[in-house]
Amino acid sequence: MIPELGHFALILSTLVALVLGTLPLIGAHTNRLAWVALARPAATAMALLVTFSFACLTQAFVANDFSVVYVAQHSNSLLPIQYRVAGVWGGHEGSLLLWILMLTWWAFLVAMLSRQLPEAMVARVLGTLGLVGFGFLLFILLTSNPFERLLPAAAEGRDLNPLLQDPGLVIHPPLLYMGYVGFSVAFAFAIAALLSGKLDAAWARWSRPWTMAAWIFLTLGIAMGSWWAYYELGWGGWWFWDPVENASFMPWLIGTALIHSLAVTEKRGSFKNWTVLLAIAAFSLSLLGTFLVRSGVLTSVHAFATDPRRGIFILIFLVAVIGSSLALFAARAPKVGLGGRFGLVSRESLLLTNNVLLVVACGTVLLGTLYPLLIDALGVGKISVGPPYFNAVFVPVMTPILFLMGVGPFARWKDASIPEIAKAVKWALLVGILVAVALPLLYGQWFAMTALGLLLAAWIVATAALNFIERVQHTRAGRGFLAAALSQPRTFVGMHLAHIGIAVFVVGVTMVGSYQDEKDIKLAPGQSVDVAGYHFTFNGVKAVEGPNYVAAQGEFDLAVDGKFVRKMNPEKRNYHSSAMPMTEAAIDAGFLRDVYVSLGEPIDRDKPEGEWAVRVYYKPFVDWIWGGCILMSLGGLIAMLDRRYRVRARAAAPVSAGTQQA
Amino acid sequence: MNRYYWILGGFAALVALLAVGLNLNPRDVPSPLVGKPAPAFTLSQLAEPEKSLSPKDMQGKVWLFNVWASWCVSCRQEHPILVEFSKKVDVPLIGLNYKEVRGDGGFDMSKMPAEEEKKLAWQRANRWLSEHGNPYKLTVMDLDGRVGIDYGVYGVPETYVIDKSGVIRMKHTGPITPEVLAKRIMPLLAELNK
Repeated sequence: MIPELGHFALILSTLVALVLGTLPLIGAHTNRLAWVALARPAATAMALLVTFSFACLTQAFVANDFSVVYVAQHSNSLLPIQYRVAGVWGGHEGSLLLWILMLTWWAFLVAMLSRQLPEAMVARVLGTLGLVGFGFLLFILLTSNPFERLLPAAAEGRDLNPLLQDPGLVIHPPLLYMGYVGFSVAFAFAIAALLSGKLDAAWARWSRPWTMAAWIFLTLGIAMGSWWAYYELGWGGWWFWDPVENASFMPWLIGTALIHSLAVTEKRGSFKNWTVLLAIAAFSLSLLGTFLVRSGVLTSVHAFATDPRRGIFILIFLVAVIGSSLALFAARAPKVGLGGRFGLVSRESLLLTNNVLLVVACGTVLLGTLYPLLIDALGVGKISVGPPYFNAVFVPVMTPILFLMGVGPFARWKDASIPEIAKAVKWALLVGILVAVALPLLYGQWFAMTALGLLLAAWIVATAALNFIERVQHTRAGRGFLAAALSQPRTFVGMHLAHIGIAVFVVGVTMVGSYQDEKDIKLAPGQSVDVAGYHFTFNGVKAVEGPNYVAAQGEFDLAVDGKFVRKMNPEKRNYHSSAMPMTEAAIDAGFLRDVYVSLGEPIDRDKPEGEWAVRVYYKPFVDWIWGGCILMSLGGLIAMLDRRYRVRARAAAPVSAGTQQA
Repeated sequence: MNRYYWILGGFAALVALLAVGLNLNPRDVPSPLVGKPAPAFTLSQLAEPEKSLSPKDMQGKVWLFNVWASWCVSCRQEHPILVEFSKKVDVPLIGLNYKEVRGDGGFDMSKMPAEEEKKLAWQRANRWLSEHGNPYKLTVMDLDGRVGIDYGVYGVPETYVIDKSGVIRMKHTGPITPEVLAKRIMPLLAELNK
């Protein structure tokens, strides 16, 4: 009964989405206030219905209702409760429902937090979100119904893919989807602005916190996925340039360009066209990612079970959403223009350069991701594009971006002078060079690429520090340094924190790429192996039993300089429901390095007490990669909470009430 | 028209590429075995376990070799098509039951004696064919998957077309769809049987 209620709520929400996607938009266009006023209640109703539907599916998982096909395929009565709940998004249908849930929640939040916006604007934004929601709801109802029954019911479920039975996977998809779907809000604001013809600073100011929120979620979601791959897959890698990883990275790159571009549009009224196009592109790439993941056109470790009907549906949906918004853009853009003028050297021009480079970076990822498809489509052969391509094209594009990141905050709006900037940043360059020369030598070997990475990271941190000090000195007005430092605007503090996050990330990538060490060897109990000064002694393997698996658990003693540090227990798990054994690596994490042990196979299958294939890694600075991402998100969060979004919002409220019809 | 319309053009090209991509199968890896003699094997038959079959027993005939297992979900999708095919077309369809027990994962193989595996495999395979219909002239049992390795089985189901002289002429990975059957397999069979 409950699954049917969930299905019914989904159908109702589709109808509500259709109402939301049509009447308020028409109402805003024809000045029908009653229709405009429908937007908020309809968005609320849509969110409630989808939430109810999602709760019904969760209930089916928690209650082990194997008469629902989707539950029977993705759960099992032995599955621990937290994974039964996470199992809801363990497959295509449920994760699509999660995606829709997030979309409706974003719409609901916009409905709640938009009291200061003109009613027509709200109607257009929510209407656009309603149309997007309608498309996805139709998609799930027509091709991927998660509530479909299995009669007679299965006695037992097939179980959730063991790879997904991990705390990381409980939160990775929701974070990522919050990011993906969050760009729909920036997209809806852009469409609303194009429809009304009012592309002004106010529009940029409204979009900024929403875009930033989406970007924060996306950053955390990607970082979470990367961290999960690192500790769960047992390969010691953190990024594989897999098509699906790329699908999440492309909206991130464009989203990063978008938050910078929005800043210019808000402060200077420039880049209007460009900002709108980026907002459309960020969401379009999220949709493209959905297509790539769920249609089966590319092979990937993330691929869902595919069904050609789904691919066709999403493609049609892509054409409708992206095609119509690009057409709208092309029709309106010439009248909008770029906006305010600026000098050849100015903060605007630096940000524009940075923006273009980010778009180029995204383009190279897109090319690398779609190239195998293109080659296949032309019938020339089958190829796969791997890390060598991406590494080769990515470093040259990112280097100038990272360099400009240090310069940008020193440049004045409208017109800046190179000698002035050079004078301000010369010490930062010196610090960068010193670090780049000295630090690699400390690690024993000097590589040019390592030096470059460290130079850029040190440069970013040093310029951020100089810029911060300079600004505090300028705004002291008789106060103490600390008091002045604490009263800096949050957007300014957030910006530098996020930039430092990038530097921390670059340090992690550079160091782990240059100095990691690994050994693949056979060990019998009692034998030991050394990696980068870490001494691992193998004490043998014992059998342990988990809730839904049995595992061979190895025991290693880790020692440094002859001193015992800790025991490490990597596992090789055999889940009852799966033929594939899973590797659980044991990681000793540290500020400056991780050491990592994973258990391979016993050399002789019948003698688990004998020799085992073992892999040990030394990963310097690897946790800085995710630490950097957390700093970036934190910076974004601080910037998003800047006082002026609220102060101005309050000041703007009385003006916008009532009269502003477009 | 204005210069912004080129963006739409670029998007249209992308959509065209994706549309073409939808009709391609990225897992359709060209098999190095196409054009080579079918690897030899001798495996027991499902219907009569004391009898065996080798590819050379099929010399002089064009035949289809279809890899299946009762645990394979996609096999259920193609099965009705195979049943229809076997009623209409006079081309022998030989089944290769691939890792009937080991592939399922629900069993702890380290605790199962070989005899029991054999018994269970025959039982499961027979039951599956009696439930879903038997399109096969006969099925051979590849319990440990060795023959599957020789044939480069990539995923179940897979289907091979083998000609009169025992050479593999085509390999299809994944379930056979009515289109694949009509557009690729049937014309090839007609040509080979000429």
